[in-house]
Amino acid sequence: MEQAGTTPGGYLLVLSILLPLAGMILSFTAGGRSAERIARFSSPFGFALACAIAFHVSRAGKPIVYALGDLPPPLGIALRADGISAVMLIAAAVILTAAIFYARAKFTTPDGVRESRGSLTFWIMLQAIWAALNIIFLSGDLFNLYVALELLTFAAVPLVCIDGRPETIAAALRYLLFALFGSISYLLGVALLYGTYGTLDILLLSQRVQAMPVVWIAAALMTCGLLAKTALFPMHLWLPPAHANAPAAASAVLSGLVVKGSFFLTLRLWFYVLPALPADKFAMVLGCLGSAAIIAGSVVALRQARLKLLIAYSTVAQIGYLFLVFPLAAGAQAWSGIGWSAGVMQILAHAFAKAGMFLSGGLLAEALGHDQIAKLGGAARVLPLTFLTIALGGLSLVGLPPSGGFSAKWLMLRASIASGQWLWTLPVLAGGLLAAGYVYRILAPALSDDQISLASSPDRSREVIALALTTIAIALGFAPQTFFDFLEIGRPVAGP
Amino acid sequence: MSPSVLAGLTGATLVGLGLYGLILHPHPLRKLLAFNLIGSGVFLVFGIVARRGATAGFRFDPIPQAMVITGIVVAFAASAIAVALILRLSAESDHVTLKPDVWTRPPGGNTR
Repeated sequence: MEQAGTTPGGYLLVLSILLPLAGMILSFTAGGRSAERIARFSSPFGFALACAIAFHVSRAGKPIVYALGDLPPPLGIALRADGISAVMLIAAAVILTAAIFYARAKFTTPDGVRESRGSLTFWIMLQAIWAALNIIFLSGDLFNLYVALELLTFAAVPLVCIDGRPETIAAALRYLLFALFGSISYLLGVALLYGTYGTLDILLLSQRVQAMPVVWIAAALMTCGLLAKTALFPMHLWLPPAHANAPAAASAVLSGLVVKGSFFLTLRLWFYVLPALPADKFAMVLGCLGSAAIIAGSVVALRQARLKLLIAYSTVAQIGYLFLVFPLAAGAQAWSGIGWSAGVMQILAHAFAKAGMFLSGGLLAEALGHDQIAKLGGAARVLPLTFLTIALGGLSLVGLPPSGGFSAKWLMLRASIASGQWLWTLPVLAGGLLAAGYVYRILAPALSDDQISLASSPDRSREVIALALTTIAIALGFAPQTFFDFLEIGRPVAGP
Repeated sequence: MSPSVLAGLTGATLVGLGLYGLILHPHPLRKLLAFNLIGSGVFLVFGIVARRGATAGFRFDPIPQAMVITGIVVAFAASAIAVALILRLSAESDHVTLKPDVWTRPPGGNTR
């Protein structure tokens, strides 16, 4: 097995982590006024780095590696970028760049105005989230990933309570406690794995792991911890208040990317570290929890009075779809590749659609002065672009063609029928109907003939940013076969 | 009973006690203390793992010890953030609670 050793382009992986970290430290020293400029100027470079990594991966046709300090595992730590990490790096770069440009209106400190602690925190934490996500997508060491997970939490929690109202602080505290439980449980699993195999490198572990009780316990502990961080039903209680109380730009990042970070790690754990385990029953449990999340999240979303809470509960439901990957992509059958593509497509489609919807939800709340769904009558006439964005995002959430959400659900249906697990078609279809219900609840009053007055007129450029994100979610529906082949790069195809 | 078995059982007890407190105590400060108890239990397990490195010919395996130190720093940072949030919450509001229904009442009570 060719192990470690830095491959061409490997230095890009380090750069993509160092760039946001450097931005973070510079912002901290330079203060709130410059922090905004640093974040804004560095974000296109972050995007360019992500694209360069994807280019190298697709040209090499196999993962690119960087061995830190030139020490190959098990002594050192390797950074690896495969197909899905390259795609996730690009998605993170696009959404974070959009959030940075969107948030300028609220968190820029113009000359002559005193710098506020809130805006400094916002810019630093946004870059910290970027750094933590890049480590999660690239790292090949389970303990390193633990530290990255913690960084992600510590960066996300302050964003929730940035405006300092007591209910946002309570939401942040609840989020933090759930996340701490998750990380300590994950850490205990890491300790057991290290004690058994003497390494935490993902590649080395996958060659050594056997189905033993201690490995099962470690896997259960780590999965349980990651589920608490991903907010899978029934551990979703922290998510809606936390995501709904954050400022719109932060909500978009939290809902679109941060929960995907811990989900990405769950994927890594089961498909990269533990492919040798006969995990049918475990996958069944995760699939059932996912189905319960789809139904429960959508039903509660139908009953929300505030738009932001509705969108947040819809996140709980859409996270449920992600966990259908575990039964649908298991093993090395012909259909498991379809299930795999479906899962990654769902991550991307939801990330872009939800980020766009949260951004336009924020614009709507600013323009109308509230986000009560019952008082949206006629709002689509005065805010056409914002409601176009919400409608396009909703199209993808419901899974109507052509959209990324449709591709994801269509692939899931194909995989579940091809694998004979037709049971999973029920939550997929029911979730689509329920999603249509809650998207209708937003759009129907907005398209009515009522008269409504604006508190302030919306900023056209910010509307365009939100629209661009949901347009990407729609465009994913036209992804060519080469895109799905790219996702396969580095996917271990191993049965027991 | 060998020392490592004893340490392992102590670690398990600490994790169990902490988990109990984290789930059942309503006050956030108590929840935070319970989290620290779980942390201590997990670090104890890491200590045993380090001792078992002796089978590979080392006197001690240094890697788990390095991990424990990192873990302690992370747990310390987490506790600091949580305490800061709890202090801020008690300064901003007269009740320090995580119960969601206290916070979901709309301001002014004019909606729904």
